[in-house]
Amino acid sequence: MSSYAPQPGSAPWPRKVLAHSRMEFKLLVRNGEQLLLALVIPLGILLLLGATGLGDRLPLGTGRPIDQAVPRVLALAILSSSFTSLAIATGFERRYGVIKRLGASPLSRTGLLAGKIGAVLIVQLIQLAVLMGTGLALGWKPVGGVEAVVGVILTVLCGTAAFASLGLLMAGVLRAEATLAAANLLYLLLLVGGAIMTPVDEYPSGMQSVVRLLPSAALANGLANSTVEGVIPWAAALSLALWAGVLGYLVSRTFRWD
Amino acid sequence: MPVAVEIDNLVVRYGEKTAVDGLGLTVAAGTVTAVLGPNGAGKTTTVESCEGFRRPDSGRVRVLGLDPIADHDELMPRIGVMLQEGGAWSGVRAVEMLKYVATLHTHPLDIAMLVERLDLGSCGRTPYRRLSGGQKQRLSFALAIVGRPEIAFLDEPTTGLDPHGRREIWQVIRDLRDDGVTVVLTTHAMDEAEQLSDQVHVVSAGKVIASGTPDDLTEHHKKSLEDVFLELTAKPERS
Repeated sequence: MSSYAPQPGSAPWPRKVLAHSRMEFKLLVRNGEQLLLALVIPLGILLLLGATGLGDRLPLGTGRPIDQAVPRVLALAILSSSFTSLAIATGFERRYGVIKRLGASPLSRTGLLAGKIGAVLIVQLIQLAVLMGTGLALGWKPVGGVEAVVGVILTVLCGTAAFASLGLLMAGVLRAEATLAAANLLYLLLLVGGAIMTPVDEYPSGMQSVVRLLPSAALANGLANSTVEGVIPWAAALSLALWAGVLGYLVSRTFRWD
Repeated sequence: MPVAVEIDNLVVRYGEKTAVDGLGLTVAAGTVTAVLGPNGAGKTTTVESCEGFRRPDSGRVRVLGLDPIADHDELMPRIGVMLQEGGAWSGVRAVEMLKYVATLHTHPLDIAMLVERLDLGSCGRTPYRRLSGGQKQRLSFALAIVGRPEIAFLDEPTTGLDPHGRREIWQVIRDLRDDGVTVVLTTHAMDEAEQLSDQVHVVSAGKVIASGTPDDLTEHHKKSLEDVFLELTAKPERS
C-alpha cells in the first residue's frame, strides 16, 4: 500500500477525550497566568486566613475560622478552574483558530466539551489535594465522614458543570479580549459579592435574597455544609444543577466551531 | 469517475454582503482541483461550506455524498482541512500538535515520516507562536493530511513558503493524488494551479466564471493561465 492512501477513521471516543484532556492540561501547566488563578491565589488566601490570624477578624461564618476558610477557599479554586481559566482559554482558542481546527477533526462537539471538562477535573484534583493538605496542616478539622466526602464530590461536580457552562457560554458569544476582561471581572465580583468567602447571612438583608440565588453562593455553602456540618447539601447541589441545565442549554444554542 | 464534492447553486451571505452567489461546481474523486480567484471572490467561503463552517443561505453542498453540517461527525474523519491561518494553541509544540491530531484518527500517517518529509524536525519542539510563517504553513499542511483523509481541502497551501518548501508541498500534493486522495485547493498562484491541477474553477464575485483543465483554459498553452485569469477577472474599464 502506498504511503498516503486514504484510510480515514475516527479514534474511539474515550481515546479522543483523553487525548484532548491531556493536551489542555499540559498547556495549562505551561501557562503561568492560569496557574496563578488556579492555585497561587487560593493558596495565598488560605494561608492569609489560616496562618496570620486574619480569619479571626473576617466574617467567615460561625465556628473555627480555619474550618470555614478551607471549604470557601475550595469554592474559590473551583470557580477559578471551571469558570475563569476555562473561559479565557476557550476564548483564545477561538481567536487562534484552534476551535475551528478541532471542528475539522474527528473530535466532535461532545468530545471537545468532555475533553475540556476532563482537563478541568484533573486541575481540580490537584487544587483539592494542595488546598486540603494545606488546610489540614493549618489545623482544619472536617467532620461528617462519608457524607462529607459525598457532599464535597457532589457539590464540586455540580458546581463545575454550572461554572464551566457559564465560561463556555461567555467564550462563545464574546471576543477573546472581552472574555478575558469579563471572566476576571466576574471572578472578582463573585469573590467579593457572591457569598464565596462570606456566608449569605452576613450580607445586608436587602441583598441576601439575590445573593442566595447565585451559583457561587450555592457552591461555597454546599462545600461549607459538607465539611462543617457533615451533611450532603442537596439544596445547593440542586441549585447548581439547575444553573448547569440552563447555562448548558444556552451553550448548546450558541456554540460554533469558528 | 465518482464525484467527491458537489456544490449546486450555493449562496452564502454575511449580513448584507453576498460572499457566494449561486456557485456550482463538482470535483471528481482522485483529482487535484484548484479554485482560483481574486481576493474576496468567495473561494474560502466556498471551501468552508464544504467543511461545515458555513451554513448555506440556499443551495446544496455534498462532500462524499454527505451534508457537511447535518452529517458533520460522520464526515470529519474522512476529510483533511488546512486552514488559511492559525489552528494551533500558541504554546503547543509543532510535533506535539501533530501527534495530538494523529491520536484522533484510527490509522494516521507515520509521524516521523511526515516530520521528515515536511522538514518539521528542526522546529519540532518549538512553540507554535515562535514558528516562522513557512513552518506554520508546513505544520498546517501536515495536520490536514495526517489522518489519511479521502479529501484534503487546502486553503492557499503554499502562501509564505520559500521556493524549496513550495516545491516540496507541490510534490506531496502530487503524491497524494497518485495515492488516491482528492485534493481541493484554493490559490492565487497561477503557476501552482497550472502545475498541479487536473481541473481549475475560476471564481469571481461568488460565481464560477470559467472551468476546465489548465490545457483547455490556456488553449493548449497558447496563453498563460495568468493571462486567462486576468482576462476573466478584469474590471470593466471606466467610460
